[in-house]
Amino acid sequence: MTPAPVVATEDLTKIYRHQVAVDHLTFSVNEGEIFGFLGPNGAGKTTTLLMLLGLTEPTGGRARILGIDPAREPIKVKARVGYLQENMGFYSDLTARQMLRFVAELNGIGRQAAEARIDNALTEVGLADEGPPKKIAAFSRGMRQRLGIAELLIRDARVAFLDEPTLGLDPDATQRISDLIQRLAREQRMTILLSSHQLHQVQKICDRVGIMIKGRMVANGPIDQLAREKFGVDREEFTLEEIYMKYFLEG
Amino acid sequence: MKGLAAILRKELADHFASHRFVILFALIAMVSLISAYMVGIKIREVEGQLKPQFVFLLLFTEPAAMFSLVQFVAFFGPLVGLILGFDSINRERNEGTLSKLLAQPIYRDVVINAKFLAGVVLIGVMLLSIVLVITGLGLMLVGIVPGIEEIWRIFAYLVISVVYIAFWLGAAILFSIVFRSTATSALASLALWIFFSFFITIGASILANTLASDAELNPQSAARRAELVKYVVLASPMELYSDATATVIDPLRKSTRSTLPVGPMEAVSMTRFSGPLPLAQSLLVVMPHIISLVAITVVCFALSYTVFMRQEIRSL
Repeated sequence: MTPAPVVATEDLTKIYRHQVAVDHLTFSVNEGEIFGFLGPNGAGKTTTLLMLLGLTEPTGGRARILGIDPAREPIKVKARVGYLQENMGFYSDLTARQMLRFVAELNGIGRQAAEARIDNALTEVGLADEGPPKKIAAFSRGMRQRLGIAELLIRDARVAFLDEPTLGLDPDATQRISDLIQRLAREQRMTILLSSHQLHQVQKICDRVGIMIKGRMVANGPIDQLAREKFGVDREEFTLEEIYMKYFLEG
Repeated sequence: MKGLAAILRKELADHFASHRFVILFALIAMVSLISAYMVGIKIREVEGQLKPQFVFLLLFTEPAAMFSLVQFVAFFGPLVGLILGFDSINRERNEGTLSKLLAQPIYRDVVINAKFLAGVVLIGVMLLSIVLVITGLGLMLVGIVPGIEEIWRIFAYLVISVVYIAFWLGAAILFSIVFRSTATSALASLALWIFFSFFITIGASILANTLASDAELNPQSAARRAELVKYVVLASPMELYSDATATVIDPLRKSTRSTLPVGPMEAVSMTRFSGPLPLAQSLLVVMPHIISLVAITVVCFALSYTVFMRQEIRSL
Protein backbone atom coordinates (compact mmCIF):
# COMPACT_ATOMS: atom_id res chain seq x y z
CA MET A 1 0.00 0.00 0.00
CA THR A 2 1.33 3.42 -0.86
CA PRO A 3 1.38 6.01 1.93
CA ALA A 4 -1.22 8.76 1.87
CA PRO A 5 -0.17 11.73 -0.25
CA VAL A 6 1.13 14.79 1.58
CA VAL A 7 -0.72 17.24 -0.62
CA ALA A 8 -4.02 16.23 -2.18
CA THR A 9 -6.79 18.21 -3.79
CA GLU A 10 -10.15 17.14 -5.05
CA ASP A 11 -12.13 19.32 -7.46
CA LEU A 12 -10.53 22.39 -5.92
CA THR A 13 -12.16 25.46 -7.46
CA LYS A 14 -11.75 29.19 -7.03
CA ILE A 15 -13.93 31.74 -8.75
CA TYR A 16 -13.19 35.46 -8.54
CA ARG A 17 -16.21 37.54 -9.40
CA HIS A 18 -16.50 36.66 -13.09
CA GLN A 19 -13.39 34.67 -13.63
CA VAL A 20 -12.62 31.05 -12.89
CA ALA A 21 -9.09 31.05 -11.52
CA VAL A 22 -8.86 27.38 -10.60
CA ASP A 23 -11.20 24.88 -12.23
CA HIS A 24 -11.85 21.53 -10.54
CA LEU A 25 -8.23 20.82 -9.80
CA THR A 26 -7.43 17.30 -8.64
CA PHE A 27 -3.87 16.22 -8.01
CA SER A 28 -1.63 14.90 -5.28
CA VAL A 29 1.99 15.03 -4.23
CA ASN A 30 3.78 12.37 -2.18
CA GLU A 31 6.28 12.75 0.60
CA GLY A 32 9.75 13.79 -0.45
CA GLU A 33 8.63 14.48 -3.98
CA ILE A 34 9.56 17.59 -5.94
CA PHE A 35 6.55 18.58 -7.96
CA GLY A 36 6.95 21.16 -10.71
CA PHE A 37 3.96 23.39 -11.14
CA LEU A 38 4.03 24.81 -14.63
CA GLY A 39 1.79 27.02 -16.65
CA PRO A 40 1.51 30.45 -18.19
CA ASN A 41 1.14 33.53 -15.99
CA GLY A 42 -2.35 33.80 -14.62
CA ALA A 43 -3.06 30.08 -14.98
CA GLY A 44 -3.99 29.86 -11.30
CA LYS A 45 -0.78 28.46 -9.85
CA THR A 46 -0.37 31.03 -7.10
CA THR A 47 -4.10 30.94 -6.33
CA THR A 48 -3.81 27.18 -5.85
CA LEU A 49 -0.85 27.60 -3.52
CA LEU A 50 -2.74 30.23 -1.50
CA MET A 51 -5.73 27.92 -1.18
CA LEU A 52 -3.50 25.07 -0.06
CA LEU A 53 -2.11 27.38 2.62
CA GLY A 54 -5.51 28.49 3.79
CA LEU A 55 -4.80 32.11 2.89
CA THR A 56 -7.64 32.11 0.37
CA GLU A 57 -10.85 30.23 0.74
CA PRO A 58 -11.74 27.86 -2.09
CA THR A 59 -15.09 28.33 -3.80
CA GLY A 60 -15.51 24.59 -4.04
CA GLY A 61 -13.73 21.28 -3.66
CA ARG A 62 -11.39 20.07 -0.98
CA ALA A 63 -7.72 20.20 -0.20
CA ARG A 64 -5.70 18.19 2.30
CA ILE A 65 -2.20 18.90 3.52
CA LEU A 66 -0.82 16.12 5.70
CA GLY A 67 -4.43 15.15 6.19
CA ILE A 68 -5.47 18.62 7.43
CA ASP A 69 -8.01 20.81 5.68
CA PRO A 70 -6.42 24.24 5.14
CA ALA A 71 -9.79 25.96 4.84
CA ARG A 72 -10.79 24.70 8.28
CA GLU A 73 -7.55 24.71 10.18
CA PRO A 74 -5.22 27.14 8.44
CA ILE A 75 -3.04 27.64 11.51
CA LYS A 76 -2.22 23.93 11.74
CA VAL A 77 -1.42 23.83 8.05
CA LYS A 78 0.70 26.96 8.18
CA ALA A 79 2.67 25.52 11.07
CA ARG A 80 3.85 22.67 8.82
CA VAL A 81 4.08 24.38 5.47
CA GLY A 82 6.65 26.92 4.38
CA TYR A 83 5.65 29.33 1.64
CA LEU A 84 8.26 31.30 -0.24
CA GLN A 85 6.55 33.87 -2.39
CA GLU A 86 8.08 35.34 -5.49
CA ASN A 87 9.52 38.47 -3.86
CA MET A 88 10.26 36.66 -0.59
CA GLY A 89 8.65 39.40 1.50
CA PHE A 90 11.40 39.84 4.03
CA TYR A 91 11.57 43.01 6.10
CA SER A 92 14.40 44.76 4.35
CA ASP A 93 15.56 46.76 7.35
CA LEU A 94 16.32 43.66 9.39
CA THR A 95 19.42 41.53 9.20
CA ALA A 96 19.12 37.88 8.18
CA ARG A 97 19.47 36.77 11.77
CA GLN A 98 16.85 39.25 13.05
CA MET A 99 14.41 38.16 10.37
CA LEU A 100 14.87 34.50 11.23
CA ARG A 101 14.50 35.28 14.92
CA PHE A 102 11.21 37.02 14.19
CA VAL A 103 9.99 34.04 12.17
CA ALA A 104 11.07 31.66 14.94
CA GLU A 105 9.17 33.73 17.48
CA LEU A 106 6.02 33.70 15.34
CA ASN A 107 6.34 29.93 15.14
CA GLY A 108 6.64 29.62 18.88
CA ILE A 109 10.20 28.31 18.84
CA GLY A 110 11.98 29.00 22.14
CA ARG A 111 14.77 31.52 22.11
CA GLN A 112 17.66 29.16 22.74
CA ALA A 113 16.43 26.50 20.36
CA ALA A 114 15.93 29.22 17.78
CA GLU A 115 19.52 30.49 18.03
CA ALA A 116 20.90 26.99 17.49
CA ARG A 117 18.59 26.39 14.55
CA ILE A 118 19.41 29.77 13.01
CA ASP A 119 23.14 29.02 13.23
CA ASN A 120 22.64 25.67 11.56
CA ALA A 121 20.34 26.98 8.88
CA LEU A 122 22.57 29.92 7.98
CA THR A 123 25.56 27.60 7.67
CA GLU A 124 23.52 25.18 5.60
CA VAL A 125 22.54 27.80 3.02
CA GLY A 126 25.94 29.49 3.08
CA LEU A 127 24.91 32.79 4.64
CA ALA A 128 26.78 32.33 7.90
CA ASP A 129 30.21 33.66 7.02
CA GLU A 130 29.31 36.86 5.26
CA GLY A 131 31.27 39.14 7.57
CA PRO A 132 29.52 41.89 9.52
CA PRO A 133 25.71 41.56 9.57
CA LYS A 134 24.06 43.13 6.56
CA LYS A 135 20.51 44.32 6.25
CA ILE A 136 18.36 42.28 3.92
CA ALA A 137 17.95 45.39 1.78
CA ALA A 138 21.57 44.90 0.69
CA PHE A 139 21.07 41.23 -0.17
CA SER A 140 21.27 40.01 -3.73
CA ARG A 141 18.35 38.01 -5.14
CA GLY A 142 20.24 34.79 -4.69
CA MET A 143 21.00 35.56 -1.06
CA ARG A 144 17.36 36.33 -0.41
CA GLN A 145 16.32 33.01 -1.90
CA ARG A 146 18.87 31.24 0.26
CA LEU A 147 17.55 33.07 3.30
CA GLY A 148 14.10 31.82 2.33
CA ILE A 149 15.41 28.28 2.38
CA ALA A 150 16.99 28.96 5.77
CA GLU A 151 13.53 30.00 6.95
CA LEU A 152 12.13 26.63 5.84
CA LEU A 153 14.90 24.92 7.79
CA ILE A 154 14.39 26.73 11.07
CA ARG A 155 10.65 26.25 10.87
CA ASP A 156 11.26 22.58 10.21
CA ALA A 157 8.60 22.68 7.52
CA ARG A 158 7.33 19.36 6.23
CA VAL A 159 6.02 20.85 3.00
CA ALA A 160 7.35 23.79 1.04
CA PHE A 161 5.61 25.87 -1.62
CA LEU A 162 8.14 27.74 -3.69
CA ASP A 163 6.84 30.37 -6.06
CA GLU A 164 9.42 31.07 -8.77
CA PRO A 165 12.45 30.27 -6.62
CA THR A 166 14.97 30.82 -9.39
CA LEU A 167 13.43 33.84 -11.08
CA GLY A 168 15.99 36.39 -12.14
CA LEU A 169 18.97 34.58 -10.70
CA ASP A 170 22.29 34.22 -12.44
CA PRO A 171 23.25 30.68 -13.52
CA ASP A 172 25.51 30.13 -10.54
CA ALA A 173 22.86 31.23 -8.02
CA THR A 174 20.24 29.17 -9.85
CA GLN A 175 22.45 26.12 -9.53
CA ARG A 176 22.92 26.75 -5.83
CA ILE A 177 19.22 27.11 -5.15
CA SER A 178 18.44 23.99 -7.19
CA ASP A 179 20.98 22.01 -5.20
CA LEU A 180 19.51 23.24 -1.94
CA ILE A 181 15.99 22.35 -3.03
CA GLN A 182 17.09 18.87 -4.01
CA ARG A 183 18.82 18.40 -0.70
CA LEU A 184 15.70 19.47 1.20
CA ALA A 185 13.75 16.77 -0.58
CA ARG A 186 16.37 14.03 -0.34
CA GLU A 187 17.77 14.66 3.13
CA GLN A 188 14.87 16.18 5.02
CA ARG A 189 12.16 14.27 3.12
CA MET A 190 10.51 17.62 2.56
CA THR A 191 7.70 17.65 0.05
CA ILE A 192 8.20 20.45 -2.42
CA LEU A 193 5.82 22.15 -4.79
CA LEU A 194 7.55 24.65 -6.98
CA SER A 195 6.21 26.84 -9.70
CA SER A 196 8.61 28.05 -12.30
CA HIS A 197 9.02 29.14 -15.88
CA GLN A 198 12.61 28.00 -16.15
CA LEU A 199 11.79 24.70 -17.70
CA HIS A 200 15.26 23.25 -18.08
CA GLN A 201 15.76 23.79 -14.35
CA VAL A 202 12.45 22.15 -13.61
CA GLN A 203 13.37 19.26 -15.84
CA LYS A 204 16.59 18.77 -13.90
CA ILE A 205 15.20 18.71 -10.38
CA CYS A 206 11.52 17.74 -10.51
CA ASP A 207 10.30 14.19 -10.10
CA ARG A 208 6.96 15.03 -11.57
CA VAL A 209 5.36 18.03 -13.24
CA GLY A 210 1.84 19.31 -13.62
CA ILE A 211 0.94 21.74 -16.37
CA MET A 212 -1.83 24.14 -15.58
CA ILE A 213 -3.59 26.13 -18.25
CA LYS A 214 -6.56 28.39 -17.59
CA GLY A 215 -7.17 26.92 -14.16
CA ARG A 216 -7.12 23.29 -15.32
CA MET A 217 -4.36 20.78 -14.99
CA VAL A 218 -3.89 19.48 -18.49
CA ALA A 219 -0.96 17.21 -17.78
CA ASN A 220 0.41 15.52 -14.72
CA GLY A 221 3.18 12.97 -14.47
CA PRO A 222 6.91 12.30 -14.75
CA ILE A 223 8.49 14.17 -17.63
CA ASP A 224 9.42 11.12 -19.71
CA GLN A 225 5.89 9.80 -19.40
CA LEU A 226 4.45 13.09 -20.63
CA ALA A 227 6.90 12.99 -23.50
CA ARG A 228 5.77 9.50 -24.47
CA GLU A 229 2.14 10.58 -24.34
CA LYS A 230 2.71 13.59 -26.51
CA PHE A 231 5.26 12.36 -28.96
CA GLY A 232 4.17 8.76 -29.08
CA VAL A 233 7.54 7.15 -29.53
CA ASP A 234 10.41 7.02 -27.06
CA ARG A 235 12.53 9.84 -28.25
CA GLU A 236 15.98 9.93 -26.88
CA GLU A 237 16.24 13.69 -26.71
CA PHE A 238 13.35 15.82 -25.69
CA THR A 239 13.06 18.90 -23.59
CA LEU A 240 10.36 19.99 -21.24
CA GLU A 241 10.01 23.10 -23.39
CA GLU A 242 8.78 21.01 -26.31
CA ILE A 243 6.25 19.19 -24.17
CA TYR A 244 5.11 22.37 -22.49
CA MET A 245 4.63 24.23 -25.77
CA LYS A 246 2.65 21.36 -27.22
CA TYR A 247 0.27 21.37 -24.26
CA PHE A 248 0.14 25.12 -24.23
CA LEU A 249 -0.79 25.37 -27.91
CA GLU A 250 -3.45 22.71 -27.52
CA GLY A 251 -4.86 24.38 -24.42
CA MET B 1 -2.93 35.12 21.13
CA LYS B 2 0.11 33.51 19.65
CA GLY B 3 2.45 35.83 17.85
CA LEU B 4 0.95 39.01 19.30
CA ALA B 5 3.94 39.68 21.52
CA ALA B 6 6.36 39.05 18.68
CA ILE B 7 4.66 41.42 16.25
CA LEU B 8 4.04 44.00 18.97
CA ARG B 9 7.70 44.01 19.87
CA LYS B 10 8.74 44.34 16.26
CA GLU B 11 6.27 47.15 15.61
CA LEU B 12 7.44 49.07 18.65
CA ALA B 13 11.07 48.61 17.68
CA ASP B 14 10.27 49.84 14.18
CA HIS B 15 8.43 52.89 15.50
CA PHE B 16 11.04 53.86 18.03
CA ALA B 17 13.79 53.56 15.46
CA SER B 18 11.92 55.47 12.77
CA HIS B 19 12.80 59.04 11.87
CA ARG B 20 9.14 59.81 11.71
CA PHE B 21 8.67 59.10 15.41
CA VAL B 22 11.81 60.99 16.42
CA ILE B 23 10.74 64.08 14.48
CA LEU B 24 7.19 63.96 15.83
CA PHE B 25 8.36 63.48 19.37
CA ALA B 26 10.93 66.25 19.13
CA LEU B 27 8.34 68.65 17.76
CA ILE B 28 5.77 67.88 20.42
CA ALA B 29 8.30 67.89 23.23
CA MET B 30 9.64 71.22 22.07
CA VAL B 31 6.26 72.91 21.82
CA SER B 32 5.07 71.57 25.15
CA LEU B 33 8.25 72.49 26.95
CA ILE B 34 8.26 76.00 25.59
CA SER B 35 4.64 76.63 26.39
CA ALA B 36 4.95 75.09 29.83
CA TYR B 37 7.97 77.25 30.48
CA MET B 38 6.20 80.41 29.38
CA VAL B 39 3.20 79.62 31.52
CA GLY B 40 5.46 78.83 34.44
CA ILE B 41 7.13 82.22 34.14
CA LYS B 42 3.73 83.88 33.91
CA ILE B 43 2.54 82.16 37.06
CA ARG B 44 5.69 83.13 38.92
CA GLU B 45 5.22 86.77 37.97
CA VAL B 46 1.88 86.98 39.69
CA GLU B 47 3.41 85.61 42.86
CA GLY B 48 2.19 87.38 45.93
CA GLN B 49 -0.95 88.42 44.21
CA LEU B 50 -4.10 86.42 44.54
CA LYS B 51 -3.29 82.97 43.25
CA PRO B 52 -6.04 80.81 41.93
CA GLN B 53 -6.51 77.39 43.36
CA PHE B 54 -5.03 74.50 41.49
CA VAL B 55 -2.09 76.52 40.28
CA PHE B 56 -0.46 73.43 38.98
CA LEU B 57 -3.16 72.70 36.45
CA LEU B 58 -2.66 76.16 34.98
CA LEU B 59 0.49 74.78 33.39
CA PHE B 60 -1.77 72.77 31.12
CA THR B 61 -4.70 75.08 30.60
CA GLU B 62 -3.23 78.58 30.48
CA PRO B 63 -2.51 79.76 26.94
CA ALA B 64 1.18 80.56 26.60
CA ALA B 65 1.72 82.38 23.36
CA MET B 66 -1.15 81.30 21.20
CA PHE B 67 -2.55 78.17 22.69
CA SER B 68 -2.56 76.19 25.87
CA LEU B 69 -1.06 72.75 26.03
CA VAL B 70 -4.48 71.15 26.09
CA GLN B 71 -5.46 73.00 22.94
CA PHE B 72 -2.21 72.03 21.32
CA VAL B 73 -2.81 68.33 21.92
CA ALA B 74 -6.39 68.64 20.68
CA PHE B 75 -5.17 70.15 17.46
CA PHE B 76 -1.88 68.36 16.93
CA GLY B 77 -2.62 65.02 18.57
CA PRO B 78 -4.66 63.76 15.60
CA LEU B 79 -1.67 64.30 13.38
CA VAL B 80 0.38 62.03 15.61
CA GLY B 81 -2.19 59.27 15.36
CA LEU B 82 -2.52 59.69 11.61
CA ILE B 83 1.21 59.74 10.99
CA LEU B 84 1.72 56.60 13.05
CA GLY B 85 -1.02 54.69 11.27
CA PHE B 86 -1.55 55.81 7.71
CA ASP B 87 0.78 53.25 6.10
CA SER B 88 0.65 50.44 8.61
CA ILE B 89 -1.06 47.85 6.42
CA ASN B 90 -0.64 49.07 2.86
CA ARG B 91 3.12 49.49 3.12
CA GLU B 92 3.44 45.88 4.20
CA ARG B 93 1.12 44.87 1.42
CA ASN B 94 3.14 46.77 -1.16
CA GLU B 95 6.43 45.35 0.04
CA GLY B 96 5.03 41.83 0.10
CA THR B 97 5.80 41.39 3.78
CA LEU B 98 2.12 41.10 4.68
CA SER B 99 1.77 37.75 2.96
CA LYS B 100 4.97 36.54 4.55
CA LEU B 101 3.48 37.45 7.91
CA LEU B 102 0.15 35.81 7.13
CA ALA B 103 1.85 32.65 5.89
CA GLN B 104 3.18 32.13 9.40
CA PRO B 105 1.04 30.09 11.78
CA ILE B 106 -0.75 33.04 13.37
CA TYR B 107 -4.31 34.27 13.16
CA ARG B 108 -4.91 37.14 10.85
CA ASP B 109 -6.36 39.43 13.48
CA VAL B 110 -3.15 39.21 15.50
CA VAL B 111 -1.51 41.40 12.87
CA ILE B 112 -4.00 44.23 13.10
CA ASN B 113 -4.37 43.97 16.87
CA ALA B 114 -0.62 44.18 17.32
CA LYS B 115 -0.38 47.16 15.02
CA PHE B 116 -3.11 49.06 16.80
CA LEU B 117 -1.77 48.13 20.21
CA ALA B 118 1.75 49.22 19.28
CA GLY B 119 0.39 52.59 18.21
CA VAL B 120 -1.55 53.00 21.45
CA VAL B 121 1.49 52.08 23.54
CA LEU B 122 3.55 54.57 21.60
CA ILE B 123 1.00 57.34 22.06
CA GLY B 124 0.81 56.54 25.75
CA VAL B 125 4.57 56.68 26.14
CA MET B 126 4.74 59.92 24.22
CA LEU B 127 2.06 61.69 26.22
CA LEU B 128 3.17 60.32 29.56
CA SER B 129 6.73 61.42 29.08
CA ILE B 130 5.65 64.88 28.02
CA VAL B 131 3.31 65.26 30.97
CA LEU B 132 6.05 64.10 33.31
CA VAL B 133 8.56 66.52 31.85
CA ILE B 134 6.09 69.38 32.16
CA THR B 135 5.33 68.38 35.71
CA GLY B 136 9.01 68.41 36.52
CA LEU B 137 9.50 71.75 34.86
CA GLY B 138 6.46 73.10 36.66
CA LEU B 139 7.80 71.96 40.00
CA MET B 140 11.00 73.85 39.36
CA LEU B 141 9.40 77.00 38.02
CA VAL B 142 6.36 77.36 40.20
CA GLY B 143 7.62 75.56 43.25
CA ILE B 144 4.24 74.17 44.17
CA VAL B 145 3.73 70.48 44.63
CA PRO B 146 0.56 69.24 42.93
CA GLY B 147 -2.07 67.78 45.23
CA ILE B 148 -3.58 64.34 44.91
CA GLU B 149 -6.63 65.73 43.19
CA GLU B 150 -4.52 67.53 40.63
CA ILE B 151 -2.55 64.38 39.91
CA TRP B 152 -5.77 62.46 39.34
CA ARG B 153 -7.01 65.17 37.04
CA ILE B 154 -3.82 65.04 35.03
CA PHE B 155 -4.13 61.27 34.88
CA ALA B 156 -7.72 61.47 33.64
CA TYR B 157 -6.56 63.99 31.07
CA LEU B 158 -3.85 61.57 29.97
CA VAL B 159 -6.25 58.67 29.55
CA ILE B 160 -8.75 60.73 27.56
CA SER B 161 -5.95 62.02 25.35
CA VAL B 162 -4.70 58.51 24.60
CA VAL B 163 -8.21 57.42 23.63
CA TYR B 164 -8.59 60.51 21.46
CA ILE B 165 -5.34 59.98 19.59
CA ALA B 166 -6.12 56.25 19.33
CA PHE B 167 -9.26 57.23 17.44
CA TRP B 168 -7.16 58.96 14.83
CA LEU B 169 -4.76 56.05 14.76
CA GLY B 170 -7.70 53.72 14.13
CA ALA B 171 -8.98 55.94 11.33
CA ALA B 172 -5.53 56.00 9.73
CA ILE B 173 -5.21 52.20 9.97
CA LEU B 174 -8.63 51.88 8.36
CA PHE B 175 -7.46 54.05 5.46
CA SER B 176 -4.29 52.01 5.19
CA ILE B 177 -6.40 48.88 4.78
CA VAL B 178 -8.86 50.35 2.32
CA PHE B 179 -6.39 52.18 0.10
CA ARG B 180 -3.59 50.33 -1.62
CA SER B 181 -1.35 53.34 -2.03
CA THR B 182 0.25 54.93 1.00
CA ALA B 183 -0.01 58.37 -0.57
CA THR B 184 -3.77 58.01 -0.96
CA SER B 185 -4.27 56.90 2.61
CA ALA B 186 -2.08 59.74 3.87
CA LEU B 187 -4.18 62.21 1.89
CA ALA B 188 -7.43 60.70 3.09
CA SER B 189 -6.24 60.89 6.69
CA LEU B 190 -5.22 64.52 6.27
CA ALA B 191 -8.56 65.33 4.64
CA LEU B 192 -10.39 63.84 7.60
CA TRP B 193 -8.28 65.85 10.01
CA ILE B 194 -8.76 69.11 8.14
CA PHE B 195 -12.46 68.49 7.82
CA PHE B 196 -12.95 67.97 11.52
CA SER B 197 -10.63 70.72 12.64
CA PHE B 198 -11.64 73.53 10.32
CA PHE B 199 -14.58 72.87 8.10
CA ILE B 200 -16.97 71.49 10.62
CA THR B 201 -16.97 74.74 12.61
CA ILE B 202 -17.53 76.79 9.48
CA GLY B 203 -20.15 74.37 8.26
CA ALA B 204 -21.89 74.40 11.62
CA SER B 205 -22.36 78.15 11.67
CA ILE B 206 -23.56 78.17 8.08
CA LEU B 207 -26.03 75.44 8.91
CA ALA B 208 -27.18 77.25 12.02
CA ASN B 209 -27.69 80.43 10.06
CA THR B 210 -29.85 78.73 7.48
CA LEU B 211 -31.87 76.75 9.99
CA ALA B 212 -32.43 79.55 12.45
CA SER B 213 -32.33 82.57 10.24
CA ASP B 214 -34.53 85.00 12.05
CA ALA B 215 -34.52 88.40 10.53
CA GLU B 216 -34.38 90.28 13.81
CA LEU B 217 -31.68 89.54 16.29
CA ASN B 218 -33.24 88.60 19.54
CA PRO B 219 -31.71 86.64 22.41
CA GLN B 220 -33.84 83.59 21.73
CA SER B 221 -32.74 83.12 18.17
CA ALA B 222 -29.15 83.80 19.10
CA ALA B 223 -29.33 81.16 21.79
CA ARG B 224 -30.99 78.75 19.41
CA ARG B 225 -28.27 79.33 16.88
CA ALA B 226 -25.54 78.80 19.43
CA GLU B 227 -27.18 75.60 20.54
CA LEU B 228 -27.39 74.32 16.96
CA VAL B 229 -23.76 75.13 16.32
CA LYS B 230 -22.84 73.24 19.46
CA TYR B 231 -24.70 70.12 18.42
CA VAL B 232 -23.28 70.04 14.92
CA VAL B 233 -19.77 70.68 16.11
CA LEU B 234 -20.04 67.82 18.58
CA ALA B 235 -19.89 65.47 15.62
CA SER B 236 -16.20 66.25 15.55
CA PRO B 237 -14.01 64.15 17.83
CA MET B 238 -11.83 67.21 18.25
CA GLU B 239 -14.70 69.08 19.85
CA LEU B 240 -15.62 66.13 22.04
CA TYR B 241 -12.07 65.95 23.22
CA SER B 242 -11.58 69.67 23.82
CA ASP B 243 -14.77 69.90 25.83
CA ALA B 244 -13.98 66.79 27.83
CA THR B 245 -10.41 67.67 28.70
CA ALA B 246 -11.06 71.34 29.35
CA THR B 247 -13.58 70.35 31.98
CA VAL B 248 -11.57 67.52 33.45
CA ILE B 249 -8.44 69.54 33.89
CA ASP B 250 -10.11 72.74 35.09
CA PRO B 251 -12.08 72.26 38.31
CA LEU B 252 -13.68 75.67 37.97
CA ARG B 253 -15.44 74.75 34.76
CA LYS B 254 -18.86 73.46 35.54
CA SER B 255 -20.23 73.01 32.10
CA THR B 256 -18.80 72.06 28.77
CA ARG B 257 -20.03 75.33 27.34
CA SER B 258 -17.40 77.98 27.08
CA THR B 259 -19.85 80.88 27.30
CA LEU B 260 -22.74 80.90 29.66
CA PRO B 261 -25.73 83.09 29.18
CA VAL B 262 -25.74 85.21 32.32
CA GLY B 263 -29.14 86.28 33.43
CA PRO B 264 -29.98 87.48 36.96
CA MET B 265 -30.63 83.96 38.22
CA GLU B 266 -27.45 82.58 36.72
CA ALA B 267 -25.53 85.39 38.29
CA VAL B 268 -26.91 84.46 41.69
CA SER B 269 -26.05 80.82 41.24
CA MET B 270 -22.57 81.69 39.97
CA THR B 271 -21.79 83.72 43.07
CA ARG B 272 -23.25 81.13 45.36
CA PHE B 273 -21.51 78.18 43.90
CA SER B 274 -18.19 79.52 42.83
CA GLY B 275 -16.09 76.82 44.43
CA PRO B 276 -14.28 74.22 42.36
CA LEU B 277 -15.96 70.97 41.44
CA PRO B 278 -14.64 67.72 42.86
CA LEU B 279 -13.05 65.47 40.27
CA ALA B 280 -15.91 63.00 40.25
CA GLN B 281 -18.33 65.80 39.44
CA SER B 282 -16.10 67.16 36.70
CA LEU B 283 -15.97 63.70 35.17
CA LEU B 284 -19.71 63.40 35.46
CA VAL B 285 -20.20 66.60 33.49
CA VAL B 286 -18.23 65.25 30.55
CA MET B 287 -19.13 61.59 30.87
CA PRO B 288 -21.21 61.65 27.66
CA HIS B 289 -18.26 63.15 25.86
CA ILE B 290 -15.86 60.54 27.17
CA ILE B 291 -18.20 57.70 26.32
CA SER B 292 -18.75 59.04 22.81
CA LEU B 293 -15.01 59.34 22.35
CA VAL B 294 -14.43 55.76 23.45
CA ALA B 295 -17.33 54.61 21.28
CA ILE B 296 -16.07 56.19 18.07
CA THR B 297 -12.59 54.83 18.75
CA VAL B 298 -13.96 51.33 19.20
CA VAL B 299 -16.17 51.62 16.12
CA CYS B 300 -13.24 52.82 14.06
CA PHE B 301 -11.07 49.91 15.14
CA ALA B 302 -13.88 47.39 14.71
CA LEU B 303 -14.40 48.64 11.18
CA SER B 304 -10.73 48.23 10.31
CA TYR B 305 -10.77 44.80 11.88
CA THR B 306 -13.74 43.61 9.85
CA VAL B 307 -12.48 45.02 6.57
CA PHE B 308 -9.07 43.50 7.14
CA MET B 309 -10.44 40.08 8.03
CA ARG B 310 -12.53 39.95 4.88
CA GLN B 311 -9.95 41.22 2.46
CA GLU B 312 -8.64 38.83 -0.17
CA ILE B 313 -4.96 38.13 0.13
CA ARG B 314 -4.68 37.31 -3.55
CA SER B 315 -4.04 40.78 -4.88
CA LEU B 316 -0.55 40.97 -3.57
